[in-house]
Amino acid sequence: MPLSTQSQADDEQYVLVASLDNARNLSNLLKAITFKDHAIFSATPNGLKVTVEESKCLQANAFIQAEIFQEFTIREDSVGFQVNLTVLLDCLSIFGGSTVPGVSTALRMCYRGYGYPLTLFLEEGGVVTVCKINTQEPEEPVDFEFCSTNVTNKVILQSESLKEAFSELDMTSEVLQITMSPSQPYFRLSTFGNSGNAHYDYPKDSDMMELFRCDKTQTNRYKMSLLKPSTKALALSCKVSVRTDSRGFLSLQYLVRNDDGQICFVEYFCCPDEEVEEE
Amino acid sequence: MDCVVTGGNVKVLAKAINSLSRIGDELYVEPQEEGLALRSVNSSRSAYACFLFAPLFFSRCRLCSVQAVFRSLATLEKTVEKCHIELDEQKNRLTFTLHCKHGLMKTHNLSFQDSESLQAVFDKDSYANVFRCNPRLLVDTVVHFPPSLEEVTVSVSDERMWFRNHVEEDADQSKAMLTELCLASEEFDHFGVKAHNGVTFCLKELRGLLVFAESTGLPISMYFDEPGSPVVLSLTDSVLEGNFVLATLSDDPNHPCTPPPPPPPDDFMNDDIDCYLIAMDTSIAPGPSGAGPPTPPLSDSLCSKPSAAANHRTRPHSEEEEDETADSGRPPNKKFCSLFFGSVLPASSQMTTQPVTSQQVLASDSEEDVQ
Repeated sequence: MPLSTQSQADDEQYVLVASLDNARNLSNLLKAITFKDHAIFSATPNGLKVTVEESKCLQANAFIQAEIFQEFTIREDSVGFQVNLTVLLDCLSIFGGSTVPGVSTALRMCYRGYGYPLTLFLEEGGVVTVCKINTQEPEEPVDFEFCSTNVTNKVILQSESLKEAFSELDMTSEVLQITMSPSQPYFRLSTFGNSGNAHYDYPKDSDMMELFRCDKTQTNRYKMSLLKPSTKALALSCKVSVRTDSRGFLSLQYLVRNDDGQICFVEYFCCPDEEVEEE
Repeated sequence: MDCVVTGGNVKVLAKAINSLSRIGDELYVEPQEEGLALRSVNSSRSAYACFLFAPLFFSRCRLCSVQAVFRSLATLEKTVEKCHIELDEQKNRLTFTLHCKHGLMKTHNLSFQDSESLQAVFDKDSYANVFRCNPRLLVDTVVHFPPSLEEVTVSVSDERMWFRNHVEEDADQSKAMLTELCLASEEFDHFGVKAHNGVTFCLKELRGLLVFAESTGLPISMYFDEPGSPVVLSLTDSVLEGNFVLATLSDDPNHPCTPPPPPPPDDFMNDDIDCYLIAMDTSIAPGPSGAGPPTPPLSDSLCSKPSAAANHRTRPHSEEEEDETADSGRPPNKKFCSLFFGSVLPASSQMTTQPVTSQQVLASDSEEDVQ
């Protein structure tokens, strides 16, 4: 592959080098969290995490483990920077983003460190393009303090059924209400729109329900505008886990299979709109 | 009210509501002895559609929300097993409960308002021309017209039916593109012509019906009379009856009407040209027979489409009552007739309930049961 003929000596100046034979394995995932221009990149020896936030109420993270990359070299314990996500995505699809099987854009992403731009070497069909994107001081992502020990209710559903519900959601409703309960209606999505309300009920014994662990009846409302971007991640995923904690914070975790069948995760955290105890 | 729809009928209901949504924004729901009627009318009252299904009573709820229930038709067909519709009169709420695959249950609670019965006045059995055909025929015909086309003119002779796009007289003739299709009577299941008329109506509303008809495969019956009288398209089977009533352009009876140029002669047309010209002439004869002085068609209720209304919007309401006013130098004005409705509807002071032809007059009092 042409990119690997880069002088090995060059690599020593980079604190992070990550290569992918198919750039789509990165770009598809990033598209699922692109609701703001800027993204915080955080790399550790485990892999790459890309974070996008909205008004401190919503946070989306895309995780690509080191094993997904054909090459992943990191010279520090942790490398962080911020870039314009829209520009990055434009660069990743610079060859037109064709989906012809067998043809893919190869990527080599290199970062020299604080103050340096993010360098992308992209190759397709023997043509190489070099992109340098300015980086910024990474902001500290909000810590939603969502830990597994505090999780009160958890369900894992096959994405197919949720996709249908989300595509029909009444967008005139300002909130999406999620009810999780050990008794009827088990798992319910509700909207309150201009012409009336709607409820989508998933019974706990549905064959779409892979896991149902609800101890306490909880009803929480989330701003529809905040959750709307998550439908992109839902569209890519095959399974989704929905968890709420004692404060009513929502965690949506999407299991995404990339073009090569490897597993990546996208996670959304959302804070509740208002406290609604029980209905 | 409480009714349940199961299996393939859910899709039929969804498609019917979809068709109705192409007519108007609100859905009129009325249970009758014969079943549940779903109706819609457009804002200018020049198009009306009614589907009659199965059980009992009366309300109106916002169509946009009913559309939301059935928005995703493809998934509806595959996943909905049963649909339960019930009305809670105390809470003024109409509930659709859809039982879907995998145990998923969708409940939509829609608010509604009481309203009066909506009934168009028409008597299709008295119309001169009656046709019946497979919906495929009309779909294949209509596909030749651009989606943006507003109005189409349908004219008939003993053996043929022509579909032609309607072009305003004052449109630049050199830039207008005319498309015309001719269908032979053999292509129809039934072709009954008593008057060689041509009627012009909005194509958009027809397309709504065609989508429904094509999916159900039911034959479409078409009834029309002279210009100004509505054209009625209907479909029936054992469990449903759908009627679409579309207003047609009326020729101004007091102005000489220049017949549209006859189609370019060719082998098919030659023997029909004379009939065709005669047909055009008869279409401008003073309208209603046996109804006394010709009542000017309800010209204040204009078709809301820009092309038809372009000539007419500038005319204030009062002027329109006077058909006889000659506008010298202007081509004869054509107006869409609105449909007559049997009940009193709010803000309709300009509407009358006088019949256009020798149709049955239905009561204008909303309290009387109309059917």
